Amino acid sequence: MTPFNLTQFYADWATILPECFLLLWACVITGAAVLGRTDESKSGTFAIWTIIGTLATAVWVAVTQDGAAFGGTFVFDRLAVVFKEVILAGVILTAAASVGTVSRLRAHRGEYYGMILFSAVGMMLMVSATELLTLYIALELSTVTLFVLAAYHKTNRKSAEAGLKYVILGGISSAILLYGVAILYGLTGTTELARISQGIQRQFMASGSFPPGLALALLLILAGFGFKLALAPFHMWAPDVYEGAPTPITAFLSVASKAAALAAFLRVFFVGGQPAQLIWIQAIAALAALAMIVGNATAIVQTNIKRMLAYSSVAQIGYMLVGAVALDPWGATSISYYAMAYLFANMGAFVCVIAFAERTGSEEISDFSGLSRRSPILAGFFALFLLSLAGVPPTAGFLAKYYVFAAAIQKGYLWLVLVGVATSVVALYYYATVIMKMYFPAEQTEGGFPVARTLTIVLAVSALGVLLLGILPGPVVDWIKAAAQSFVPPT
Amino acid sequence: MEGIGLTHYLTLSAVVFCIGVFGMLTRRNAVGVLMSIELMFNAVNITLVAFARYVTPATITGQVVAIFTIAVAAAEATVALAIVLLIYQHHRGIDVDRINFMKW
Repeated sequence: MTPFNLTQFYADWATILPECFLLLWACVITGAAVLGRTDESKSGTFAIWTIIGTLATAVWVAVTQDGAAFGGTFVFDRLAVVFKEVILAGVILTAAASVGTVSRLRAHRGEYYGMILFSAVGMMLMVSATELLTLYIALELSTVTLFVLAAYHKTNRKSAEAGLKYVILGGISSAILLYGVAILYGLTGTTELARISQGIQRQFMASGSFPPGLALALLLILAGFGFKLALAPFHMWAPDVYEGAPTPITAFLSVASKAAALAAFLRVFFVGGQPAQLIWIQAIAALAALAMIVGNATAIVQTNIKRMLAYSSVAQIGYMLVGAVALDPWGATSISYYAMAYLFANMGAFVCVIAFAERTGSEEISDFSGLSRRSPILAGFFALFLLSLAGVPPTAGFLAKYYVFAAAIQKGYLWLVLVGVATSVVALYYYATVIMKMYFPAEQTEGGFPVARTLTIVLAVSALGVLLLGILPGPVVDWIKAAAQSFVPPT
Repeated sequence: MEGIGLTHYLTLSAVVFCIGVFGMLTRRNAVGVLMSIELMFNAVNITLVAFARYVTPATITGQVVAIFTIAVAAAEATVALAIVLLIYQHHRGIDVDRINFMKW
């Protein structure tokens, strides 16, 4: 037992300060809403200021503190900084995009923002966790609040159904993930990722083969993450949940929660599972290929825009994992950059759907026909985001795809890149179909409509993100690359 | 062979886990599905505690993880039951086969 050390105590809690700050205000916002002391617009404004405050705290911690805290279970390294900023950006945009949706709820409006913040706390802890129990608790905190949020439209059958499907599939995936964690713990005697890696290495050196249960453990963990990331073939819940959940929550789910799961995935497999890469790297390559094929092929036939975007995001995760087969800093960089590009493009696309549905009450792709006449701004933004998702230059999506493919080619995964390029063409087809419908309608539809002011701001920020990342990627790539080099062990 | 060893516990937990997976796939009642998921969590707990006893007798990591798992599973079950209640209000039943307003 080490004696109490005040300096260490201070350093530990200073490292986790952004999460504590966010948690405190999440409690305040939820509490005030439960007691009926605020109306929802105040809660919303408050939530956004809280996140800005958290961002500021995170920047302060990033500058003043460095390294591991709480005996190596929690780390605030550069990778954590990158993903925390991505997550917080996603949370801010979600909160701002929720204003209209929340004002139409019958009850419990203020708690909505509280739930989003609680989920954000979980995600932020998740990207910093370097120990499997911490990781698991953080993951559950973010998912359980998302179950609530998915079912938030209590009067809407689809929303309740989305909640049920999400909670069942989420529970199963947690159990599977945890079973893998338990086996891994049994094999190595620890839950800390760095020591797991050492344990695997040691056993490999001693006997020249991996311990027998290791493949099972890693594949179970991979399947658990596959559920959380909506990676094919574990994606069956995603379209239903995406369609049924309130659209801002769909955006949140597809952007922030995936970014957090991706960061955790990088830590578990790039650090903990690194010595056992022979076992899992082929599995990831196969899953990535499957996700790209299944996601894109199924997206073509969708008639509901949210379902189409759901399948498209299954494919997007596939593209991100193409970068994971290159188990080096460059691979991690390409994945992180992809996550960032995907954040702005997907968030923007869903906000376009929100803006459209608020005025027309429809989420059908056919109703987007002639949108360029009815609302030129909205059509322009939507086209930009879809082009970025498709990977057309000069948007961020193009560079993101280029980076992951380049990382995979360096390691000789030519077949995977060929699958990626081929499916990108398919993806371009269904994204372009929507754009064609908006700009070249078969028959004219009447009735122009404005876009709500907050939504316009969110759209403008997302568009700026997509274009800046696409045109001036240099500083961001350097920043992420430094982060990736700091955590991926040299091979 | 003397008494009960690690293998027995691991076999038990694998069996319980498989029963959970089987129940989750075959149960038509939403509460039944949730109970099957609980079985899967408990199988994990057996594994954790067995490993803690036999692999790392000096530390209690496994027991601690198991306790956290129990707490988290309880929180998850609370939310899940609330959602099942919501489903009941909409559908007047909790048969998962009938809850397919959206196509799978």
